[in-house]
Amino acid sequence: MTAVSVKNLSKTFGKTNKALKGVSLELEESEMVALIGASGSGKSTLIRHIAGLIPGDNSQSRIDVFGSPIQTNGKISKGVRNDRREIGVVFQQFNLVGRLSVLTNVLMGVLGRASSFRTLLGIFTRAEKKLAMDALNRVGIASHAAQRSSNLSGGQQQRAAIARTIVQGAKLILADEPIASLDPASSRKVMDNLERINREDGVTVLVSLHQVDYAIKYCPRTIAMRQGEVVFDGPSDQLTPQFLQQLYGSESVELLAKEDQRELVPENTGPEPAEQETEGRRAFAYAAG
Amino acid sequence: MTLASGHQTTPSPIAPPKNLKRSGLNILGWAVLAGLLAWSWEGADMRPMALIDDAANMGQFAAGFFPPDFTEWKMYVDEIFVTIQIAIWGTVLAIVLSIPFGIMSSENIVPWWICQPTRRLMDAARAINEIVFAMLFVVAVGLGPFAGVLALWIHTTGVLAKLFSEAVEAIDPRPVEGIRATGANALHEIIYGVIPQVLPLWISYSLYRFESNVRSATVLGIVGAGGIGMLLWEYIRGFYYAETAAVIILIIVSVSLLDMLSQRLRKLVT
Repeated sequence: MTAVSVKNLSKTFGKTNKALKGVSLELEESEMVALIGASGSGKSTLIRHIAGLIPGDNSQSRIDVFGSPIQTNGKISKGVRNDRREIGVVFQQFNLVGRLSVLTNVLMGVLGRASSFRTLLGIFTRAEKKLAMDALNRVGIASHAAQRSSNLSGGQQQRAAIARTIVQGAKLILADEPIASLDPASSRKVMDNLERINREDGVTVLVSLHQVDYAIKYCPRTIAMRQGEVVFDGPSDQLTPQFLQQLYGSESVELLAKEDQRELVPENTGPEPAEQETEGRRAFAYAAG
Repeated sequence: MTLASGHQTTPSPIAPPKNLKRSGLNILGWAVLAGLLAWSWEGADMRPMALIDDAANMGQFAAGFFPPDFTEWKMYVDEIFVTIQIAIWGTVLAIVLSIPFGIMSSENIVPWWICQPTRRLMDAARAINEIVFAMLFVVAVGLGPFAGVLALWIHTTGVLAKLFSEAVEAIDPRPVEGIRATGANALHEIIYGVIPQVLPLWISYSLYRFESNVRSATVLGIVGAGGIGMLLWEYIRGFYYAETAAVIILIIVSVSLLDMLSQRLRKLVT
């Protein structure tokens, strides 16, 4: 079954800022796919479209997830809230509520399914709490459940965010630069967790990265973007430095940077195609510096 | 070689030339201020000489306040408690209303056609002083503390809703998006994503408003809306200056104590 289907998606920010130009792609169920590209190539924008968080341009396009329409011709579907339950999103900045406990943050995964009235009062059942603790245990941070999530390290917060998608029972995980703000050891733990969920639960994973070495190590298939277009879609082992140089020219330096060379990554001086990416770049510069 | 001679070898940088436009504007600004003060002199009936001419009068008047007469202190304290109780109810009722109204006047949460009318309504509640509301409510519900509670309630709702919405508009939108992405509904987003972020500020604003409501409540009595103000007004009108002095001292002491207490509490939450 097709997990994700994107057809002819375009997105323009402002009047002329083309972040996505006629993107089409399909993901099969239980695939683990990397989405690579330099800062500003449209990766985040694409992921936010698939999650139904922003609408595309008003042109012939559609996005379906597990056969159910997320948006059609630049209009987000009415029932998108139901579809979002199936989609777990992991963000670069974790997007946890810092003042709430890790457990509460993970329990939020049930909000889409449980009775509204009960959850609005902040009441969770014993079964839901068990589900959340099991998820925290799986990602290896069960002992931090009672802490405020802002007291955790970046890597631990990101694993809490992954635990939230487990509690959610998501069949598709969209991970938007999940390791861009993390140190190498935390990055590996986060990627290991995503890989395990993909392998053990058959969850489809689309993970955007800007380092090719992670894509090659964790994902059999890679989709490469450049300036809002898909420029490559195929087996990750084809991504040799020569091929990347051919695809990206001088931008390939950023993609090939190894973990310990991040500070050498040159700042992208071109115009910013997507405003969403600015945030990511700042955080990235912060992590690198 | 000394440091001083080291400095002399390099010529000191030249100070930037005076910006004529800036200094011109500066002079103009002072001239406008002077003009405003002169224009207001007559209207405000400024008679500084009166302070000197009537010095003897004022000395006599001030002497009337001493020594303060605390014989009725039990009654004063009771009335101060009533004043604080008016402030407590007025503030708490206002907080309850300010939560929905504050969220409804936040641009980042609701569409403009909810936000703008709510804001105008809050503007109206805020624009009118508590004393004016108190006079109206005294007519509507009769003399006494309840009129004071209602007056504080309305005015404080206008103030707190604005402060609450400013806190909401300054939140980090990313956690809220994280919750939205799980399939949660809009109310979930507010309860789990917005309120935890603004709660410390909301508590701090509410305590601050409680402090100022205690101060406001001390004068509500003047228009008949209960509390120590009623007593104060009676004493001033009847030229009982020794008693007036005692009441004023008690007000100062209790307001300062409450301010200190609430300041402590505010430090705890932020």
